Amino acid sequence: MSVLAEKPAWRPRLRFRGSLVVATLLLGLFLLAAAAPGWLAPYDPLAFDMTAILKPPSGLHPFGTDNFGRDILSRLIWAAHIDLAIALCTTVFPVIFGTVVGALVGYYAGWLDALFGRIVDLVVTFPFLVIVITIVSVLGPGLFNMFIAVSAVGWVFYARLMRAEVMTQKQADYASAGRVLGYGELRIIFRHLLPNAIGSIIVYWMTDMALGILLGSSLGYLGLGAQAPTAEWGVLVADGKNFLNTGWWISFFPGIAIVLTGLGFSLLGDSIADRLRRGR
Amino acid sequence: MPVSLRYVVLRLLQIVPTFILIMVVMFVLVRLLPGDPTSALLGERATDEAVARINAQLGLDKPIPVQFVIFLENFFRGDLGDSIVNKTSVLGLVLNRLPVTLFLTALASLLSVAMAVPLAFVAALRHGSAADSIIRSAFQVGLSTPVFYLGILLLTLFAAHLRWFPVGGYGETLADKLYHLFLPALTLALSLSAVLMRNLRNSIVEVLQAEYVDFARAKGLKARIVLGKHVLRNAVIPTVTLLGLNIGTLLGGAVITETVFAVPGAGRLMIEAIFGRDYPVILGLTMALALLVSLVFLVTDLVQAALDPRVSA
Repeated sequence: MSVLAEKPAWRPRLRFRGSLVVATLLLGLFLLAAAAPGWLAPYDPLAFDMTAILKPPSGLHPFGTDNFGRDILSRLIWAAHIDLAIALCTTVFPVIFGTVVGALVGYYAGWLDALFGRIVDLVVTFPFLVIVITIVSVLGPGLFNMFIAVSAVGWVFYARLMRAEVMTQKQADYASAGRVLGYGELRIIFRHLLPNAIGSIIVYWMTDMALGILLGSSLGYLGLGAQAPTAEWGVLVADGKNFLNTGWWISFFPGIAIVLTGLGFSLLGDSIADRLRRGR
Repeated sequence: MPVSLRYVVLRLLQIVPTFILIMVVMFVLVRLLPGDPTSALLGERATDEAVARINAQLGLDKPIPVQFVIFLENFFRGDLGDSIVNKTSVLGLVLNRLPVTLFLTALASLLSVAMAVPLAFVAALRHGSAADSIIRSAFQVGLSTPVFYLGILLLTLFAAHLRWFPVGGYGETLADKLYHLFLPALTLALSLSAVLMRNLRNSIVEVLQAEYVDFARAKGLKARIVLGKHVLRNAVIPTVTLLGLNIGTLLGGAVITETVFAVPGAGRLMIEAIFGRDYPVILGLTMALALLVSLVFLVTDLVQAALDPRVSA
């Protein structure tokens, strides 16, 4: 080992706290916006104001107004609950279903694993966005159909992760001990192996929520996700695409909200990963 | 180092079942699309006879399994049918649009390597320093920025306000094409380089700690030679693999980038086909994209096997 590799002991600890603080602040802010939009937003997000069309950011409208005179800040705040719901709803089914399938496939192996291998090939061969776009176009644009499309594919990534973890864990002494004690296989899988393997799933889940927001807003931008007049950050960015010259703020601020939320989730994932690593 | 023929054939054969599965899944999915192409063609007030005539013409009156067999036969003859909207051959359309996307993704890959490698080196050599933290934070932000937003930002700044680049389209000559594709390629490259850079930095840090690097230093080799010959070469292998594995992400990103910048590539054709319910085009395009991804995976595997003989053993 080279001397270069040895870091001072306090460093990772400081980094862990730093990113956790930033993550909590960012996510807390957006959760607050999602929970009480009426309380935070200065204006009605849907109210047209013909006297304030395409106004740049000012004291009156901190993020400016759009081509109908609607307040961008208020629209952004009212959209927060939609985007946070997207992060949650696109990942809940994949986490649960993928974890269970991955645990079973990892434990039993055999033909189940061979079948799973083909599904993984199928999913990784296709550009993820292209599959999701195709499924959404089959089901029709809209938020609910988007959740179905993402869930139909997303579970595979969790299952792959869980499969690898369980395959390592089942070699461990405590798993053999469980078998010797005569515990049922399902008990060994779900009471013993799963809790030991769940850490990486949780870390991936946080990153995946960030990806869910990016994907949801991308589909919203393309017109395949949330439909107007539902205020969603991707749709709000798309609202400004014809005003790049005259009203850059229409797209700019909703995009910042997407970036900050994504950042919040990935920093949270990093902090949890750091903590798990040091716990071992 | 030659890769054994057996390995190449084996890998090629592995593609076949996956590809057939993709064909079946896609065929069924596309047939489930809401609204049929006939009513899209003729409009809401078409007579029943007209609908029946068009259905017979397009082969849509036959049962779905029969349609699939016909599709397979035609597919192996290289005939992907005609676009319902444009009335031209799907193969022609795909072959016309795909090179634009390939050019865009190739340009984006080059740009992303050009950005990621130097930054990863700086971050890894000074790891733990302020420079490392700044570079890593910048890429953390890059990972959280959606491609369409990055595109909009670059468009606003460099095309709408500074007028350095066109707001969209595709040129005639090579220089003109490069000029039109620069911003879209930069958009894709920025988001890809975040992934590359993070991995490359970590593998350089790892290689720097390897014993053979200590040994090379102890031999008294110049730092430049140690870095170039030992560190860079060993750190680049995982990066090449990563670039190959990210081809799917890159193509997905191309769909969005081409829409934002109005680039007439395969990605934009995909979105147009979906909104126009152009079944044959959707099918043909997904086949082409899946084949492309499989081939890139294959080449990645072969390159990896050539660089590291343990892989094909």
